[in-house]
Amino acid sequence: MGGKILLEKINIPGIETFDIYRKSGGYSAVEKALKTMTPAEVVEEVRKSGLRGRGGAGFPTGMKWGFIDRKSEKPHYLICNADESEPGTFKDRYLMEHLPHLLIEGMICSAFALEAKTAYIYIRGEFKYLIGILNKALSEAYANGFLGKNILGTSYCLDIYVHPGAGAYICGEETALIESLEGKRGNPRLKPPFPAFFGLYSCPTVVNNVETLAAVTSILNMGGDFYSKLGNGKSTGTKLISACGNINKPGVYEIEMGITVEDFIYSEKYCGGIKGGKNLKAVVPGGSSVPVLPAQLILKTASGQPRLMTYESLAEGGFETGTMLGSGGFIVYDEDQCMVRNTMSFARFYHHESCGQCSPCREGTGWQERLLYRIEHGLGRAKDIDLLADISKHIEGNTICPLGDAAAWPVSSAIRHFRNEFEFHIEHPEIVKNISHGNIDKYRK
Amino acid sequence: MSENHNKHEIYKREGKLYKFSDYTLKRVNEIIERYPEGKQKSALIPLLHIAQEEFGGSLNADIMDYVAGLLSIKPIEVYEVATFYSQFYLDNVGKYVIEICQTGPCLACGGDEMIDYLKTKLGIEAGETTADGIFTLKQVECLGACGYAPVMQVNTCFHENLTKERIDEIIDLYKNQAEKPQSNDEKWVEKFYLRK
Amino acid sequence: MLRLTIDNITVEVEEGTTILNAARKIGGKIVPPAMCYYSKLKGSGGKCRTCLVKIANTSEMDPRPIPKLVPSCSTLVQNGMVVENTISEQVLKERKAITEFLLINHPLDCPVCDQAGECDLQNLSYEHGLEETRYEEERREFAPIDIGEKIKLHMNRCILCYRCVYTAEQIINERVHGVLYRGDKAEISTFVENFVENDFSGNIIDVCPVGALTDRTFRFKSRVWFTNPMDAHRNCEKCSGKVALWMFGDDVYRVTGRKDKYNEVEEFICNECRFEKKKTSDWIIEGPRKINRTSVISQNHYEKLTKQSIINPTEGKTEQQE
Ligand SMILES: Cc1cc2nc3c(=O)[nH]c(=O)nc-3n(C[C@H](O)[C@H](O)[C@H](O)COP(=O)(O)O)c2cc1C
Ligand code: SF4
Ligand code: SF4
Ligand code: FES
Ligand code: FES
Repeated sequence: MGGKILLEKINIPGIETFDIYRKSGGYSAVEKALKTMTPAEVVEEVRKSGLRGRGGAGFPTGMKWGFIDRKSEKPHYLICNADESEPGTFKDRYLMEHLPHLLIEGMICSAFALEAKTAYIYIRGEFKYLIGILNKALSEAYANGFLGKNILGTSYCLDIYVHPGAGAYICGEETALIESLEGKRGNPRLKPPFPAFFGLYSCPTVVNNVETLAAVTSILNMGGDFYSKLGNGKSTGTKLISACGNINKPGVYEIEMGITVEDFIYSEKYCGGIKGGKNLKAVVPGGSSVPVLPAQLILKTASGQPRLMTYESLAEGGFETGTMLGSGGFIVYDEDQCMVRNTMSFARFYHHESCGQCSPCREGTGWQERLLYRIEHGLGRAKDIDLLADISKHIEGNTICPLGDAAAWPVSSAIRHFRNEFEFHIEHPEIVKNISHGNIDKYRK
Repeated sequence: MSENHNKHEIYKREGKLYKFSDYTLKRVNEIIERYPEGKQKSALIPLLHIAQEEFGGSLNADIMDYVAGLLSIKPIEVYEVATFYSQFYLDNVGKYVIEICQTGPCLACGGDEMIDYLKTKLGIEAGETTADGIFTLKQVECLGACGYAPVMQVNTCFHENLTKERIDEIIDLYKNQAEKPQSNDEKWVEKFYLRK
Repeated sequence: MLRLTIDNITVEVEEGTTILNAARKIGGKIVPPAMCYYSKLKGSGGKCRTCLVKIANTSEMDPRPIPKLVPSCSTLVQNGMVVENTISEQVLKERKAITEFLLINHPLDCPVCDQAGECDLQNLSYEHGLEETRYEEERREFAPIDIGEKIKLHMNRCILCYRCVYTAEQIINERVHGVLYRGDKAEISTFVENFVENDFSGNIIDVCPVGALTDRTFRFKSRVWFTNPMDAHRNCEKCSGKVALWMFGDDVYRVTGRKDKYNEVEEFICNECRFEKKKTSDWIIEGPRKINRTSVISQNHYEKLTKQSIINPTEGKTEQQE
């Protein structure tokens, strides 16, 4: 268990350069795809692999590619979603910084499969330093005939450009991303129509996460069937997990799906246990959007089975006792962390990031934050906890895009599992007021 | 006029003419050409980044009208976008903009203490600029570097695993730097330049 | 033709019809409220979420319910679809919640608002509002501004339906105002001192579902229900000249487009008709217009509404009239 696939070559010095990457076997997937396969065969290979989108939703990539409107006369577009802004998630940044050619190789294969002649990498504006790295790698790929006209002497042509965002988490949502790429505000679109029919410039478009596209390289190299045997059940292959919070060894780890959560948190190979020998209190395993679980439920499911790092196992028990793998942003909290403060910070995040188009999210996220701010600062009232739970319930499911759900779940799950902490804040205003952790400004700017 | 309107310096229109240098303009045109014909509006966000950098660190109405002209779009289309994205600054900022993360994972690792420390050290609150015009402090949401918490970004450079000592060093470093450090802080327009 | 059942009533509609428009074809109580959709504005809808309905049966081919509620204004009918609106507990509960969301940042100034009596939000909160507000935090505050010689913007009252933005784009063909900022800080604005001035700019007043955009030439600022709307027309070179005159005695207080029972204008009118023609002699008067069926004033509910659902006398802020 535990063979690295994406990060296999990360320790080779100079792997970020074309020459070294190529010498270590890089770009063989492009050769294989362009010279020996048809676009449909590439799609089929990815479908067989069972690869699921690594951006958070976990939608099967092969199926998504199958939807693209091939009858359309319009050009097709591939967009790489490198907006990575979900709190707790920092895996794409790591991949792009150290293995830019792996992403580019995956993008060439994917664009070929989708018959796209132009592809964009939409990267969050804060990652400006990465744009230089990516553009350097792209220039090398052009210089060596892997991008541009008639790649490897075939009739296939492809241009890839990097496009920056400018500080808006919502632009990670695929239709908001498309709007933003068109030079507009990042307002998500109503679906349907889906991007596979009406995407960028109303053309058929596929948006995939950085890690998803990088995994396509490995899938073509090893074959879809082989990849599908890695991992566990419908969670095939490997997943990058970005681990942070109160652990000894925060960082990005590639795991084969199916290891236990306990192993991931405590083994030396991964997080190396809780910092300072403290006890584990809670984990948010898939980025800030997914429900938080207390220690006993993250290590073992409600039925007492060890919880595994797979889409299915983490979701077991529904939202009552389960959570989601999400984007793989694994946030660990030790026994001293205040769940009310953490929830307030997440609520503030979603309030700040709501695009403001639809009323439940625009108004509800602000209400959540204000209530949580009061509770956290010792100004809460007994009725506030139920009110808060009620607000989040009515945001959830009623919005245009899933940001509404993402804003509601951290709040509802924190109340579900840590209600006592909320009650404590309300019953002991004089204590919570004097704890320094309350020292966060209500509004930035 | 209300408290909300006119609250930012961005609302100022002084009638000043802004123009990119010839060098930048050439790059700008290359960027515009990356998008299909008639879709030049796509270049808006990259152009606003470049404009903000070239024209002193923040945006105002004159600058935005200039960008609208370059892309042949309506000024309101630029205002709408510039006000949506948090990296476009609507008020004058100092030479260095310090953006310190205030989201959960950073807080769990002591981020709040670092925020307090920075405020005390610089003698300003979030959103303010030091009297000497060197630093502007902003509290921002997750910077995508949670594993290296607490995190802050100074202009485009990430500073991670912050401690009070680290902050002292970093602030000294920037204070004593007459010019912006070029190595970390190449111009946007260079970053965007794809050498085919 | 496609067959659709809403609240047990079946109707046949053409392919490409939305659930909301199918419901309007039936009419009456089963029509979902729509605060952002406007049939004459392409791309409108989907934002306010007041029109959410339950799909109990997706189609004949796919006889399954959809777990989430869908916006009826932007969901297309499929053959054999079964929709629940007023008969669904879930729909009514969520609509109540959404009404509450729309009101939390809305000022309590109906007594001084030009729109009172013909406000979609007032109607909505009468039908679906809570008895009292549960929101006790700070409200968004904006002072009113003029965004043109003839138009006033009370951003406080705006529900960000985007209708005026679409109108500027599609009807006025010249857009100098838009939505700035994001989230609950978003505001309608011209940004710098740009004025919305154009032959058709006045239409943004008519499409506004609330009292956020109002007519500065509205004389004597009377409550709408003291005035009598009359159908009238004149020969106009710019528009059809078919308008509604809001009269008190022989005085023309205000001119608007003729609104149908869903509060949508039948035709957009020009600024000359709207702002310049305030004499009875400018018009050929056809006769009284029937008051909007759904309006709270038409049902003598205004008093009740003012007291209970919206106006809380201890909190009520009144705004300076000029
Ligand atoms: C509010 C929101 C933010 C998102 N942010 C990201 C992101 O930063 N990166 C990403 O890859 N996907 C993000 N997604 C998911 C995308 O919408 C989309 O599902 C994904 O890019 C599809 O790629 P995949 O199938 O390869 O995962 C976000 C979704 C939502 C609703
Ligand atoms: S849910 Fe929030 S972020 Fe998504 S469209 Fe609605 S307001 Fe915008
Ligand atoms: S001003 Fe009126 S029409 Fe315009 S968005 Fe606000 S509520 Fe809608
Ligand atoms: S939470 Fe601070 S960088 Fe992510
Ligand atoms: S009318 Fe359908 S969402 Fe507003």
